[in-house]
Amino acid sequence: MNIIVCVKQVPDTTVVKIDPVKGTLIREGVPSIMNPDDKGGLELALRLKDQFGANVTVISMGPPQADVMLREALAMGADRAILLSDRKFAGADTLATSYALSGLCRVLDYDLIIAGRQAIDGDTAQVGPELAEHLDLPQITYVADAKVLENGNLQVDKENEDGIQVLEVEGKCLLTVLASAFDARYMSVSGIMEAYDKEVEVWSADKIDVEEGKLGLAGSPTKVFKSFPKAMKAPGEVHEVTPEEAVELIVNQLKVKHII
Amino acid sequence: MDKKDYKNVFVFAEQREGVIQSVALELLGKARDLADALGEKVVAMLLGQGIKDQAQMLIEYGADEVIVVDAPELKDFLSEQYSQAVGQIILERKPSIVLYGATTIGRDLAPRIASRLKTGLTADCTKLEIEPDKDNEPEFRMTRPAFGGNLMATIICPNNRPQMSTVRPGVMQKMQRQAGRKGDITEFAPKFDASKFKVKLVKTIKADKQMADIAEAKILVSGGRGVHDKEGFDKLQALADVLGGQVASSRAMVDNGVMPHECQVGQTGKTVRPNLYMACGISGAIQHLAGMEESDFIIAINKDKFAPIFSVADLGIVGDLHKIVPMLTERIKKELEG
Repeated sequence: MNIIVCVKQVPDTTVVKIDPVKGTLIREGVPSIMNPDDKGGLELALRLKDQFGANVTVISMGPPQADVMLREALAMGADRAILLSDRKFAGADTLATSYALSGLCRVLDYDLIIAGRQAIDGDTAQVGPELAEHLDLPQITYVADAKVLENGNLQVDKENEDGIQVLEVEGKCLLTVLASAFDARYMSVSGIMEAYDKEVEVWSADKIDVEEGKLGLAGSPTKVFKSFPKAMKAPGEVHEVTPEEAVELIVNQLKVKHII
Repeated sequence: MDKKDYKNVFVFAEQREGVIQSVALELLGKARDLADALGEKVVAMLLGQGIKDQAQMLIEYGADEVIVVDAPELKDFLSEQYSQAVGQIILERKPSIVLYGATTIGRDLAPRIASRLKTGLTADCTKLEIEPDKDNEPEFRMTRPAFGGNLMATIICPNNRPQMSTVRPGVMQKMQRQAGRKGDITEFAPKFDASKFKVKLVKTIKADKQMADIAEAKILVSGGRGVHDKEGFDKLQALADVLGGQVASSRAMVDNGVMPHECQVGQTGKTVRPNLYMACGISGAIQHLAGMEESDFIIAINKDKFAPIFSVADLGIVGDLHKIVPMLTERIKKELEG
C-alpha cells in the first residue's frame, strides 16, 4: 500500500502573543511545528504501515525551511519526503494550494491520501476536501479511526456533532484526520539517524502535473482585502476583594442584568 | 464567466434526521440582510428525504424561495451525494453568494463544491457585509479570524462566482419568525452519477446526548485549568443549576480528559454568545476568547490578576473560585427563594 500524507509547517499559534501597545502580532520567537492534525494523519499512516506494510510519502508545500519538519516526519518513520517549493506557489489560497498538491499526487503512486483536518494557522479545513475533488477521489473528513477490512476496503469512523458515522470506502480515497484521535509517536533515535541519511526532495512547479496559470496568487479566487488586529473591547472593572465582597459584586451585577 | 449572470443569495439549509439546524435559520437571517443590500432574493436549498414539509419554516425565517431536493440518496449526509445535488443546483441557478454552516457537514461539503466549481470559499466567517459601490458594483466582504484567532482578515472573491462562505453556529442572528410569510417552493431533481458513490454508511453511533448544546445556552458557567478536576466542575455545575445554565469548558480541561469535547468553547471548540458567560479559572488564551468574547456579559474569576481573560470581562474578580463559586451558589439560592 502506498500512502501519501500531506503535512504543513505552521507557527505555533498557541504561543503567539499580541503586542499590548501596538496591537500587532509578535512573531519573533514563535516556534514552527508540524501542524497537529497533520501529525495525527502521519501517525495513522505509520500505524497502517506497522500493521500491513506500507510505503509512506510525506508531502508539503512551503518555503525551504519546511525541510526541518519533513525530517521530523522521516524520523518518525516516513519513507520519503517531498517539499514543493517554488515562488510560483506564493500567495496561494486553499484552492490554488490544493491544486498544486493534486499536481504532485498525480505524478506519485498512491492508494490512500491522508491529510490533517485543518491547520492551526488558517483553520479552514478546506485543503483536504478540495484536493480530493481535484483528484476525483472520495473523501472522508473528521476521521477518528480507520482500519483495513478483509475485503481490502477501509472502514472509517467519522466524528460529527451527534456522534460517529461508521463508513466503508471502496478503492482510493482521501481522509482528513483529527489529531486528538491519533496520539503521534515520538521520533526514535534510530529514526533520527536514518532520517539524516534520507533526502528531503525539493521539487519545483515544473516537476508536477499542473497548468501554471492556476498556481499561486493568479490561481486563487480569494484575495485578502485587509487584515487587522482584533478590536479589543474596553475591559471592565477588575476587583481584588475578599470572597464575600466578590459575591456581593457578582450578585449586584446579576440583578442589574436581570439574570436573577 | 459573466458575473452579471450570477444573482441571489443561497443558503444550504442543513438538516439532520429531518430537523432543520439552528445554524440554517441564522444563515437565513444574514442572507436576508445581504440580499436586501443587493436587491436580490434569498433562496434556501433543502436536501434530504421526506423533508419537504419543512420548507415553509425556512420561508418564515427569511427565504423567498426554497429549492427542495427530496431523494433517498440524500437520507443521510454523504459527501458525494450532497456535492452532486448542490453542485447541480448552483450550476443551473447561478447564485452570487452561497452560505453554509461551519459544521462537520458544511465544512465537508462547501470545499468540495468550491473545488468542483473552481471558486473561492472563506471559512468560519464572523462578519459578512456588502460594500455597495466598489468600482460600480457591490462587493461581498467576508471577515474571519486568522492565525489562531490572533488576527482578523477580510477576504474578497472578486472574479469568481459564486462567492461562498461558511459561518459557525451561534455567530449570526435569526430573523424573528414571521408566521404565514409567503415564498416559492420549487423541487429540483438532480441527475445522480451513482458510479461515484464509493463511500457507504455502515451505521451511525449516537453520542450520549444527555448534555444540551452549549451553543444554545443562555447562561454558561465555564471552567479552565484553575478548576483542577471533576470535583471542581461539580461546584460549577451547582452554580449553573441555580442559574438555570450549563457548564462549559476550556480546551485544557478537555485535553486532559476532565470534560467532554462537546462542551469545549473556543477556536477548536464551539462559538458561544450567551447572555452570561462566567469564566472560572480560565486564563483566556486567544483561542478561547475567540469562542466567547461576543457573549453579552462576561464575569471572570481568576487568581492571576494579569490573566488575559480580564481584558474581555465586564466584571473581573481576582480570587479563588473554589471559595467564591460555592458561596455565590448559596447566595443566589437565597436570593431566588427570598
